[in-house]
Amino acid sequence: MSGPKEFIAGFDSDQRRSPTRVVFVTRRTSAQVKANYEEQVQTYPEVLFRVVLAIELLTIALVVLSLLFNAPLEGIADATHTPNPAKAPWYFLGLQELLHYFPPVIAGVLAPTMLIVSLVIIPYFNINIESEGLFLHDRQRRLQLFYLIAIGLLVFLLAFHVYVAAVPTLLIAIAMVVAAYSSPQSTVAARRYLANKPLAWWVMTWFLFELIVLTAVGTFFRGPGWSWVLPWGS
Amino acid sequence: MPGKADKILEQVERSRVWRSIFRSGQGSSPLHRALAIQQNVFLHLFSTKVRKRMLGFSATWYLGALTLGTFLILIITGVLLMLYYHPSVPQAYADMKDLQFVVSSGLFLRNLHRWSAQVMVFLVFAHMFRVFYRGAYRPPREFNWVVGIVLLLITLLLSYTGYLLPWDQLAYWAITVGSNLSKAVPLVGDKIHFLLLGGNEVNANALLRFYVLHCLILPLAALLFIAVHFWRIRKDGGLYVHQSDPKTVAASKEAAPVKEEK
Repeated sequence: MSGPKEFIAGFDSDQRRSPTRVVFVTRRTSAQVKANYEEQVQTYPEVLFRVVLAIELLTIALVVLSLLFNAPLEGIADATHTPNPAKAPWYFLGLQELLHYFPPVIAGVLAPTMLIVSLVIIPYFNINIESEGLFLHDRQRRLQLFYLIAIGLLVFLLAFHVYVAAVPTLLIAIAMVVAAYSSPQSTVAARRYLANKPLAWWVMTWFLFELIVLTAVGTFFRGPGWSWVLPWGS
Repeated sequence: MPGKADKILEQVERSRVWRSIFRSGQGSSPLHRALAIQQNVFLHLFSTKVRKRMLGFSATWYLGALTLGTFLILIITGVLLMLYYHPSVPQAYADMKDLQFVVSSGLFLRNLHRWSAQVMVFLVFAHMFRVFYRGAYRPPREFNWVVGIVLLLITLLLSYTGYLLPWDQLAYWAITVGSNLSKAVPLVGDKIHFLLLGGNEVNANALLRFYVLHCLILPLAALLFIAVHFWRIRKDGGLYVHQSDPKTVAASKEAAPVKEEK
């Protein structure tokens, strides 16, 4: 609780109209209306119409897809007959790819838990609310930290032979170096774009990139014994 | 004759029965249109007005609405599939074969359910990244972001539990690979694994548990959180993206290159 505040008390003089109304106005505080005038449209019918239309178009697309392609169905479940490789659903294949390199307690428990926790806390840290370029403030310290973390992460991934995850990390790190040595007033659009990106953008983009690469590798490029295969190879 | 149809429609809208159901009254004034949203138990989750710049395709790509679309398709096809499905071994697999060869449109029904489920998982991820990149997770919308993460997890669990139900090799081994991960949890791993499957391996008990989760518990949880998710959009100030906010746009224009004066 903050310290005692000074109040200005005001009484309505007309007792018959408002018998017991007391108003306290704290000092130097006045009612402020933060109006934000923006053009608006009515939900009914403008927005609802568009939403229904979007859902209908999606339904048509899905119906066509279902008419053209059959859902996979293999032989009946057989506990004595392990397929090679036994794959999880596609959205977990990124994790399964990590399982190939790390023990289950790290890749299967720790990594997903950390991932969910970090997604949940994103909006609660001011660094993620910041919308200014990462290297525009406190440049020296941030550059040092960046090199420390990027090189540490790369060494870690290479030490465990996780080249699949190291490549996206390296590419994002290179883009960040470009950003660090670009001005937000640069005449090159791409450099201007990168220089204005905040930390949260970089981390999320790195995660998105890893997610796509790991899932794609697990889905298309992994065969018997989790060895490398080409999706078009027989 | 459009004139006559309009007249009949008007008469229906004025009838005592219609007015007892829809309290918003007839008319197309802004008030009536606002009431049409406010006075409906489902639609009142939404705000009566939306920022115009949010309507363009580029603002949201309609990913949230499309995700809802897949969810509705999944409920309808899912309920229909339940009519032909027994969660028991080996009947579950025989039911798959019946859907394929015996039930009218059974194959189509299963295809639609399966592909919609895959698309829903994809759309939920896409929606999350879109919301992030447009800065729509910023205060005061923090909690709705968290609700969104919960919905992402529920979606993944729904998809995962549904994966076992066909009881084919694909289902059996995908669930075996996935559920074995729970064993890796320190100290209580084996207990969690047993609780999840109702046994030490994927068997008939696991099928029944996954069926109950997939058809009852998880859909109810999803409905609950979807309602909160929509309602919070209104409570947190309506559909909004930081990136196209007039103030943000003005600020980023200031940072754009300045022409040298010479």
